[in-house]
Amino acid sequence: MDSVSFTLPTQGVFVLIGRNGSGKTTLVRILATNLEATAGTATLNGIDVMSEPDQIRERIAIVPQEARPIPWMTPLQSVLSYLLWRGLGYAEAKQKACEMLDRLKFGKKARALNRTLSGGMKRKVLMAMILCTEAKVIFLDEPTTGLDPISRREFWEVLQEIRKDRFVVLTTHYMEEAEQLADTIGVLEEGRLIALGTLDELRRRLRYNYSVKLLSIPAPPITLTEGEMVKGRHDLPVILTTEDEAFRIAQNLSRERIKFTINPVGLEDIFFYMHSGGDTGGS
Amino acid sequence: MAVKNLKRKRSRLSQVFAGILVNSVYEMENYPIVLLNTVVSPLSILLVIVFVSRGSLFGVAIEGGFIMAMFSAGMGLSTDLSHLKNDFKLQDMIVSSPTSWLTYMIGISFSEIVYAIPALLVLTILASFGLSLTLAEVLEFVAVLLLIFITSISIGYTLSTFSSDIVQSFAFTRLISTIFSTIPPVYYPITYIPLPFRYLAYLSPTTYAAELVQGISGYLALSLTTVIIDWTVLVAVTIALFVLAKTKARWREV
Repeated sequence: MDSVSFTLPTQGVFVLIGRNGSGKTTLVRILATNLEATAGTATLNGIDVMSEPDQIRERIAIVPQEARPIPWMTPLQSVLSYLLWRGLGYAEAKQKACEMLDRLKFGKKARALNRTLSGGMKRKVLMAMILCTEAKVIFLDEPTTGLDPISRREFWEVLQEIRKDRFVVLTTHYMEEAEQLADTIGVLEEGRLIALGTLDELRRRLRYNYSVKLLSIPAPPITLTEGEMVKGRHDLPVILTTEDEAFRIAQNLSRERIKFTINPVGLEDIFFYMHSGGDTGGS
Repeated sequence: MAVKNLKRKRSRLSQVFAGILVNSVYEMENYPIVLLNTVVSPLSILLVIVFVSRGSLFGVAIEGGFIMAMFSAGMGLSTDLSHLKNDFKLQDMIVSSPTSWLTYMIGISFSEIVYAIPALLVLTILASFGLSLTLAEVLEFVAVLLLIFITSISIGYTLSTFSSDIVQSFAFTRLISTIFSTIPPVYYPITYIPLPFRYLAYLSPTTYAAELVQGISGYLALSLTTVIIDWTVLVAVTIALFVLAKTKARWREV
């Protein structure tokens, strides 16, 4: 991490996006007291993460990247044991675990071995573990990586439960996930926070409000009176421009029978724009 | 923003119990075959020693079996913690919870003893035939085993926090187990080792433990000075390794 400095209200969902190795996991691990920072300070609700980790640990919970439930245990045993580790008595822990698994509609799977569950259900077990706790700050490091779209949507539903009365810090590579869930978005690049704000704030900082995505390579020669062309997903060309210019380009592309999509600017456009060196006015 | 004191009363007993449940009870419940593992290892060498010595070292071999069972149980902590940490990321979840490193370690350590129960039971049955000890001698014997266990869990815990994968952890554990419990005179009296090599054996804490228990059961005639030296070294090594675990192990990574 390099000179990351920000202050956020501890409510809602804070989503961190960035390329692999940009520092998302490092930042989360420092805040969750898993990793000791070499310099700097971080406080959560006024408590110093570096010097008072035990105080912080009373009120946080984390699902680390690549975490998975222990295969020789059942979801019920997983949630129960985690609550015991958080210091609850056996009877209270068992009652809470059963209630939570009912609420998340585990049914008979609550007593099936974790190794027999689908990928989506395994993630749900981890979510049940932390959802059951009294932790007010939840860290989720890439919790939906590798999940199919339906399982991911189910996960979002669980997250809507969590966000009601807790602060969630979530890292993801999925832009639609960040758009869907985030109250605040932070963009990290090479250990630096290059943007921070709500989706609307990030949109406003981009000079353009429309994106035209071409669906084939190479891009045909296009004369832009206003806007910029950046590389998007799969290196496909994306033109970021104003609404009028976007529709003018769209008409030209239609005439030449070139396939494209046209949309208001989304987080993915902002992300690619920033990583292509585009100026958004700093964070 | 004002900070409310949200610290709730937490049960340390529950936190210890969680370690026992996860690392032994649930595993044994769902994979009963693991019960055999703990019995086979100390018994295999015991049988070899008994056959080779034509029964004359039966008692010493049982004592060695106890020491190896306790040492292996402690070293098992290393691979188990490494497995839970690297493959399931459980340790990260526990670090970010109100459980301290010591409570976590105690819980998993007890689970290793639960794991060792089948072996300890078999050895106890054999001991009832091959050893004749007074209550005071039994207590002395248990104290030695306890020190060996604390020594090995301290090594195991420290190693596990540095390990980055289970293969690395297995390699270290096997190496240390062999150096400390198979090569030293654990299953036979130290007097069987030729003199120049005898000094090398004293580099292992298990040698002092074995010498003490062999003295307790009468297989070795130990002078008072030797007994005092053995106890002093064993206690000192145990304390040193525990302090090492406390100060050098990486609970929160750097």
